[in-house]
Amino acid sequence: MSKALDILVIDDEEVIIDAVIKICALDNYSIDSANNFKTASEKISKNHYSIILCDIMMPDGDGFQILDELNNRNIDSTIIMTTGYSTVENAVKSLYKGAVDFIPKPFTVDELLSSVYRANKYQIIKEKQKLLSLQKNSDELLYVTGPAKYLRLGYSTWICQEREGSVLIGVCDLFIKTIETIQEIEFQENDEEIAQGICCASFKCGNDRIHKILSPISGRIVEVNDNIKNNPNLIEKDPYFEGWIYRVIPANIEYEIKYLIPCSSDRI
Amino acid sequence: MFNKIGFRLIFVVAFTTLIIIGVFAYFNVKSQSSNLISEVERHANQLGETVVSSTRFDMMLNQRDRIQQIINSIGTQPQIRDVRIINKVGEIIYSSDSTNINKMVDKQAESCYACHAEDKPLEQISITERTRIFRVHPDSNRVIGIITPIYNEKSCWQSDCHAHPKDQKVLGVLDVSISLAEVDNAILSSEWKIVGFSIIAIISLGLLIAFFIRRWVSRPVNDLLNGTLQVSQGNLNYTIKEMGDDEIGKLGTSFNNMTNKLAEARMQLFQSDKMASLGRLAAGVAHEINNPLTGVLTYSSFLLKRTKDNPEFQEDLKVIVRETIRSREIVKSLLDFSRQSVPKKSSAHINEIIDKAIGVIDSQLALNKVKILKQTETNLPNFTVDANQIQQVIINLLVNASDAIGKDGGVITILTKQIALAPIGIAQIKKATCPKRHSLIDNDFRIDGLPSLKVKIISGGKEGIAHLDPVYGKHRNHFDIGFKIEKDAKYVCPECSNSIVEQDKLCPICGSPVLSFEISGQGIYEVCASEQSNWERWDYVDSLGLKEYIEIRITDTGSGISKDDLAKIFEPFFSTKGQKGTGLGLAVIWGIIDNHNGTINVESELGKGTTFIIRLPLAQQR
Repeated sequence: MSKALDILVIDDEEVIIDAVIKICALDNYSIDSANNFKTASEKISKNHYSIILCDIMMPDGDGFQILDELNNRNIDSTIIMTTGYSTVENAVKSLYKGAVDFIPKPFTVDELLSSVYRANKYQIIKEKQKLLSLQKNSDELLYVTGPAKYLRLGYSTWICQEREGSVLIGVCDLFIKTIETIQEIEFQENDEEIAQGICCASFKCGNDRIHKILSPISGRIVEVNDNIKNNPNLIEKDPYFEGWIYRVIPANIEYEIKYLIPCSSDRI
Repeated sequence: MFNKIGFRLIFVVAFTTLIIIGVFAYFNVKSQSSNLISEVERHANQLGETVVSSTRFDMMLNQRDRIQQIINSIGTQPQIRDVRIINKVGEIIYSSDSTNINKMVDKQAESCYACHAEDKPLEQISITERTRIFRVHPDSNRVIGIITPIYNEKSCWQSDCHAHPKDQKVLGVLDVSISLAEVDNAILSSEWKIVGFSIIAIISLGLLIAFFIRRWVSRPVNDLLNGTLQVSQGNLNYTIKEMGDDEIGKLGTSFNNMTNKLAEARMQLFQSDKMASLGRLAAGVAHEINNPLTGVLTYSSFLLKRTKDNPEFQEDLKVIVRETIRSREIVKSLLDFSRQSVPKKSSAHINEIIDKAIGVIDSQLALNKVKILKQTETNLPNFTVDANQIQQVIINLLVNASDAIGKDGGVITILTKQIALAPIGIAQIKKATCPKRHSLIDNDFRIDGLPSLKVKIISGGKEGIAHLDPVYGKHRNHFDIGFKIEKDAKYVCPECSNSIVEQDKLCPICGSPVLSFEISGQGIYEVCASEQSNWERWDYVDSLGLKEYIEIRITDTGSGISKDDLAKIFEPFFSTKGQKGTGLGLAVIWGIIDNHNGTINVESELGKGTTFIIRLPLAQQR
């Protein structure tokens, strides 16, 4: 008796499952839960879930196993990772392995809802794309992938290495397609340090939702794109060129680059 | 008792004194007594001559009674034991002891022996040969006897009595014996005097030496001994009190320095260890706390959303959400601490980092009336550090200093300079090859976690691999290969069996062969091939001289830190600020400096202020 549900919450803490269920009910998602990997694994094979919200640290395994399992079994659920052990490595590693987002515990209602909102949109786009790929002669483009030499962190942000050693940072088109119209952007200032996997800017969108942007790389900001300050919509229009956000002097690019995915792999 | 250094010294000195005074006294007494004897001898001789010349006239006149009378009167003198005249046939013709008169004397007897030893009697003999010293009985006093020959003269054979023929040379002898009792007594008393003097000299010298040895040697050595005992029992805070500026005093000072260094090193090691375990603890705690915090935060923010039309609840719920988010930040800082992330290093200048740090908290310092005095050396080179982390360290230290100064204001002095410390015990051999370029690094055998140097030893038909310490100056070599290494042992590369013994060179300490390792690009490392000595040389590292460090000193004029607290300030969760701080600041600072291979120390005096000393290596270890 297979069901199609919106969200599966995997967490070993009952209170968190309850809270997530309550919160997601606010936005009218249907929810299922599992408090260990075994049950989760059974439920995933039985039902289809659009979004899986998964704790990394579980008594009977770690969340990366679920990511690997889903990849192996070719299940196209969208994964959001959470953990109390919120180190940057965890965040970046889970994004590299195919999760769409990472929410460090403890989180607020708004943080969870905005992440679930994006994941939901992401899932819809992916499903649409699947349908489109079946209609062979369709030239409708749901989103634009990054230029070949760009590297991306998960599906959200990209970097472009410049000749001088500096790096441009921006937001991927797919990410923009999962959020509402950007109304306001909260930037960091020149000379501030940003770190890979840590929030480096936030977009305030319609419905008062705030989407946090995770930095794809660590370094020092040397320039903020003034054009998008004045005109946030530029990001939506030209996310890969005119819509860059920061110019950064990278601090440890040789190490961090191994968690970034080359955009060239997006082209078939 | 004899195993005490003081006693041994006193014994040796007393013994030497005894010998010196003994030898001196022996020769002194001997020369004194021989002087006395020769004086007596001279006196006796004179007496003999006097008797002969005073009786001469009576002999001429052949007045025998008068001669006997003179001899009697001379013999009455107390010291004179006997005076007698013996004629040429050996008959005593005159004597102060009348019982002896007309007795015969044996020519072989002692008194006659000097002249009559040979067949024909001698006519002229020296004074010493005429003298004899003897005892009448073995237990009686010594006696000196002197013989004066009475020669024939013209008037003797021309005399009326014609008693003596002309051709006779010696008519008889006068024999005077004098008792030596007085002389012997004088010698004995002077011997006793010398013995007494010697005993007094030895005792007083011994006492004097004992006093100074106790003062200069025994007591300081005991203090040192006590100190080493204390240190061996683990009390590294023990200091030996000042002992003056002699060698032992200097030993004491260097002992104190050594224990200080040891305590410091142990502190750093202990801290390192504690940090690692606390890091794990903190990570675990953070994870466990984050789950319940998630419950609180989600429910409270959930309620906040649902009670938008109830401003009464809103206020209270906002407080809960705000405080939970604050807790979230605290846990995050705990995780930051536990992670002690690998520093992201780039080239930076310490003075610029300091200026930036000051810029961040300038206004806060001004508010507290804190003045910053910079004594930064301007020509310092750039060095590779995580500028952010170091800036964080300096900001934290400045905030701490400002807190210690309080509201009344004060001065914070920041000093930077370049210093050099010796590389011994730090430099590590990472690549070593034999002459055929085979690697001699053994990754499977590690000494203190570092890959060791290997060398194959062939001795007495057996072979084994010895492992040498890769850290220059630590000497933790492993030569125990299960058999005895003979003198003719071969030391070879395990791969190509080429000798790695340096030709024509022996260990300057124990004379064993010297092994030589080629360190690519860093010269040659030489080491003694025996456990007997710790000799080693790495000219390349020695020629680099001292390792360069940047030293940063931050001194405040604040309240200072008590000695008890000083030992704990780098411990996580230790705080003197009560509710204000988390107690992680200095622990995090320590972790950052440790990650940079640097050291941080603190000196403080209550009421006067505190100095933090940070040393960061100029060239990071490759």
